[in-house]
Amino acid sequence: MSGIRKYLGLILAIVVVLAMAAWPVINGKDITREVVFTMLLSVGLASSLNILLGYTGYVSFGHVVFFGLGGYVGFYLMAVHDWSLWTAMIAGGLASAALAFLLGKAILRLRGGYFALATIGVNEAVRAFINNFDPFGGPVGMSLNFQVYKNYGGGAREALWMSFYILVALTLLITVVTYMVRSSKFGLGLLAIREDEDAAEVMGVIAPNAKTWAYVLSAVFPGILGVLFFFKNGNIEPAPAFRLQMSIEMIVMVMLGGQGTVLGPILGGAGYQRLRGFLLTNPLFKNIQLAVAGVLLLVIVLFVPAGVVGWVRQRFPKLRRVLQ
Amino acid sequence: MTMILQVEGVGKVFGGLQALSDVTFDLPQGQILGLIGPNGAGKTTLFNVINGVYPPNGGRVIFNGEDVTGSKTYHMAHRGLARTHQIVRPLNELTVRENVIVGACFGREGHGLGQAGKVADEVMEFVGLAVRADQLAGSLNVGQKKRLEMARALAARPYLLLLDEVLAGLNPSEIAGMVEIVRKIRERGITIIMIEHVMHAVMNVSDRMIVLDYGQQLAEGTPEEVANNPKVIEAYLGDPELAERLMRDSDEE
Ligand SMILES: Nc1ncnc2c1ncn2[C@@H]1O[C@H](COP(=O)(O)OP(=O)(O)O)[C@@H](O)[C@H]1O
Ligand SMILES: [Mg+2]
Repeated sequence: MSGIRKYLGLILAIVVVLAMAAWPVINGKDITREVVFTMLLSVGLASSLNILLGYTGYVSFGHVVFFGLGGYVGFYLMAVHDWSLWTAMIAGGLASAALAFLLGKAILRLRGGYFALATIGVNEAVRAFINNFDPFGGPVGMSLNFQVYKNYGGGAREALWMSFYILVALTLLITVVTYMVRSSKFGLGLLAIREDEDAAEVMGVIAPNAKTWAYVLSAVFPGILGVLFFFKNGNIEPAPAFRLQMSIEMIVMVMLGGQGTVLGPILGGAGYQRLRGFLLTNPLFKNIQLAVAGVLLLVIVLFVPAGVVGWVRQRFPKLRRVLQ
Repeated sequence: MTMILQVEGVGKVFGGLQALSDVTFDLPQGQILGLIGPNGAGKTTLFNVINGVYPPNGGRVIFNGEDVTGSKTYHMAHRGLARTHQIVRPLNELTVRENVIVGACFGREGHGLGQAGKVADEVMEFVGLAVRADQLAGSLNVGQKKRLEMARALAARPYLLLLDEVLAGLNPSEIAGMVEIVRKIRERGITIIMIEHVMHAVMNVSDRMIVLDYGQQLAEGTPEEVANNPKVIEAYLGDPELAERLMRDSDEE
């Protein structure tokens, strides 16, 4: 009993993810699957960013670079070298992790706004590089031969369902990882850095290393998700792979749900993506959808900086064990 | 006597300001060294140089026989140095207990979370914060935050503890409680350097004292020697309130 109580926060987070995943499985509709796919993708990206933004307190405005780079590396290996989706996902994750590791040593020394600016610079630089990198198809990008999907359950529809199930598994994995980080000694060091980096170092937290590993961890899953996303997409181009707007939306999702909590980015990612879908299909809001994201971010920062989950935790301390 | 800390000719310059010049002293294990001097004398700067916040512009710092000049703060923590901050730095959004666990996890003994929790409980009891364990650190009052600084430092199980004005801003009964805690820490064999403006308190607990003035070592000796040193009295005359306090407090001795 006490064992279950201890893990209530994780169990609730998993139940929420599974509930989302169950929706298209139950009604069997392709359109529902597509909607939930974008929601789970957002959940995965937001939860990853949360390790850096929520736990460590570093705002990365260019986090989409890891989604794009991982996607490109994996896609290249599948399209040109006939790698399987599985090994390509691993390679994409590793590529993003490697970039984060190298960057971490260089730009994580910057504090506050300077770090945020540097991450934007990195995203634009990588995008510009890939735009001119012929093996990756330059500005045109690359496409997958449709034959490829034959290896994944037969036709394109089966491959889409399989992509969906892989995403569900990845989202669950990310949820468990963010929970484990949150409740580990490593995670405590990150929280200490978030609260006061100098004081944390005085207490013995080796901040340069901890920050780098947090950055790597927050980059590896977006890299894997990028491979899966563009595999399902069938083609990859620089613009959708390195969309700065997506970075900003990731921040909105984390802030909306509650930075630094496990459940927050799950609710924030899913909720924001639902809202975005609604706005995109609404003639009135279609063109100002990003402005809505900006206003939303402003409102959150001004009025509920702790996000939905953080706010509930503050109001109802008794729920803290469940809402982690 | 084994020396836990040797400071040799340490200097520190900020821009054109000589914050420390040629500070030299040895600190034997198990003693309490009182560090006094007017505001801006360089006391906190000396702590910052010893614990690696910034490197000195000259001189050496030797800790437990090892030259640690210019070491990073976290390496000093691992070697067994802990400190409190004059301006408290609680990890606001973490609970008191979590704050103290950080000290136990990343300090000299580098405990895992489980063991660190036990250390934290023991230390919170020791400094009288046990009842506040689950409160957010940001919600504590000043006196409690000072005790939290102390608890975090102690949870690291340091060999040497640097206390930067832990009595400032406390009421008389809180001061008495804190002085009692300092005494008990020394009984545990921990060496202490204590920066303090509350003269009677620091004179009471210190084995030796050093007086800094404009970055210079003005005087050094037992509390009695220092209190009766004309240069010390003169230096404090620049700051009438402090001088008055010093006179009154040495009368009480
Ligand atoms: N980081 C810093 N940068 C520039 N000047 C500093 C810095 N730290 C301290 N000082 C200056 O050095 C002098 C000594 O300061 P400090 O060590 O804080 O004095 P004390 O603790 O004895 O009151 C002061 O004049 C202060 O303004
Ligand atoms: Mg000071």
